[in-house]
Amino acid sequence: MARRQRAYDIRRQPGFGLIALFTFFALYLPIAALVAYSFNAADSLSRWDGLSLRWFISAWNNQAVQDASIRSLLLATWAATLATIAATMAALATTRTPNYPGLTFKYAFINQPLMVPEIVTGVALLIVFSRIKVWTGYTGMGYLILAHTAFCIPFAYLPIRARLESMDLTLERAAADLYATPWRAFWRVTLPLLRPAIIAGFMLAFVISLDDVVITEFVKSGGQDTLPTYMLGQLRRETSPEINAIATVFLALSVVLVTVFYFVNRRRP
Amino acid sequence: MATAAETARAAEARDRRDRWLLSAPGLIIIFVAAIGPLFVMLAYSFMEKADYGDVKFGVFSLEGWVSVLFQRDIFDDTLGLADAHLSILWRSISLSLYTTVLTLLFGFPTAYFIATRPATTREVWVFLVTIPFWTNLLIRTFAMQQVIRNEGLINTALISLGIIERPWQIMNTDLAILLGMTYVYLPLMVLPLYASIEKLDFRLIEAGYDLYASRWQVLRRIVIPLVKPGIVAGSILVFIPSLGAYVIPRVLGGGKSMMLGNLIELQFGAGRNWPLGAAISITLMALVMVALLFYVRNVSRSGASHG
Repeated sequence: MARRQRAYDIRRQPGFGLIALFTFFALYLPIAALVAYSFNAADSLSRWDGLSLRWFISAWNNQAVQDASIRSLLLATWAATLATIAATMAALATTRTPNYPGLTFKYAFINQPLMVPEIVTGVALLIVFSRIKVWTGYTGMGYLILAHTAFCIPFAYLPIRARLESMDLTLERAAADLYATPWRAFWRVTLPLLRPAIIAGFMLAFVISLDDVVITEFVKSGGQDTLPTYMLGQLRRETSPEINAIATVFLALSVVLVTVFYFVNRRRP
Repeated sequence: MATAAETARAAEARDRRDRWLLSAPGLIIIFVAAIGPLFVMLAYSFMEKADYGDVKFGVFSLEGWVSVLFQRDIFDDTLGLADAHLSILWRSISLSLYTTVLTLLFGFPTAYFIATRPATTREVWVFLVTIPFWTNLLIRTFAMQQVIRNEGLINTALISLGIIERPWQIMNTDLAILLGMTYVYLPLMVLPLYASIEKLDFRLIEAGYDLYASRWQVLRRIVIPLVKPGIVAGSILVFIPSLGAYVIPRVLGGGKSMMLGNLIELQFGAGRNWPLGAAISITLMALVMVALLFYVRNVSRSGASHG
């Protein structure tokens, strides 16, 4: 039998390529469907009436969507800023040192929000905050900012700690040799070297806060819908393509953020 | 005059103190808004429920814990098994296991495929997995809904091809939740698998073929044992969030197919039984801890055998 002889490729596994291509197809098909329907001119999702931007315009003019978007962005900015500051300090406190009593405890503490299902943290916060709301009468955004900051800290901590651990101490020692005070050495040497990691940590925290729906759902007071909780509420009802339009814009924002994050992280000074 | 040793010890003590001060803000925030409330919830699970939600503060009761698994007969006050709760518990565990298996079946070949691409295109494939990973979970769940709903992609295609006449009802079933979780958590499987397959030493595989191993034998006896840490990590990363899933069963299960997360929410909402909700939450956390312990044991064992 005259079969074409090919070099035996040791990396090949039969069928794997096909399954992989199917997986990529399956990963993007639902997203493509979601985006396509957001350009649907029809009144409902059950028909296709041709291309139109009407649902984007309708979402843009929807006061509830505007409020929720602004609230989401403000909340994510506050939570990511506070979490990044706390995480940077914690990273400085837990790296570049021999093991000391309490170090493992700190690691466990900081990473704890990653270990507990969101729904559990959500209802636990509901229990505590609902009582505090009754006691103090304060029902502002403070609860949401606090809750978001807490679960953003481990995400901001991750890249900052990694950077600190790979950073070499020579430059800081040199600064100290040149009579820089510890503060000055920190501001002029350590912090600039740490900047890419701090930006990466901030962006991670920002995306995590922006995406959260479960904890927000249980912590928010009346009239404090963020964009995800607004969408979750709308999904209960008969959905109109307006939700698709909002989702498409949100999706685009996420893709932009991930792309920027990817390039910030890749640039190794 | 202080001796050198004393000065050194004083400097060390100062360093420790600074390090505690530096980490204090983070630790306090996490204590106030994550760990502390869990202890409050534990206390609540042992209190008596009040009529309109909340609890009768300080009134001890085991009723919350008892009703996790049992229910009282309305007429003669005897205890029977709470079938509804047991079936939800079973659904949570079995759907999470199925999700883990499905993501592994699709994720392993995908990760292997990415890891064996030339270095130039590999990053593009990884990036393609990363984008859905960082896209809002709610949006991805909603995207899945577009595919499986009655007027969605699958049904439209099947009907227009004449294979079925009436829509195949996938929404609001266990299958919908399974498809949704597999779709949403797949990147969590692919990324750790890729990380460990990428480090694979292909000379070992070559040696296997030199010794007349078949493709299947190489896969089963060389590749899979070597990337086991990645398989275990990916499985845990998929299993744990599946177990605590709330959004996916709520959107795709439509209140008919509930998982533990939805049962918990029900107790804090319409059910108005906070102690029961707290007890189920702690049960869920315990299940997660068991999975994590399994992971830690597996990692330390495979770490010991390899090095």
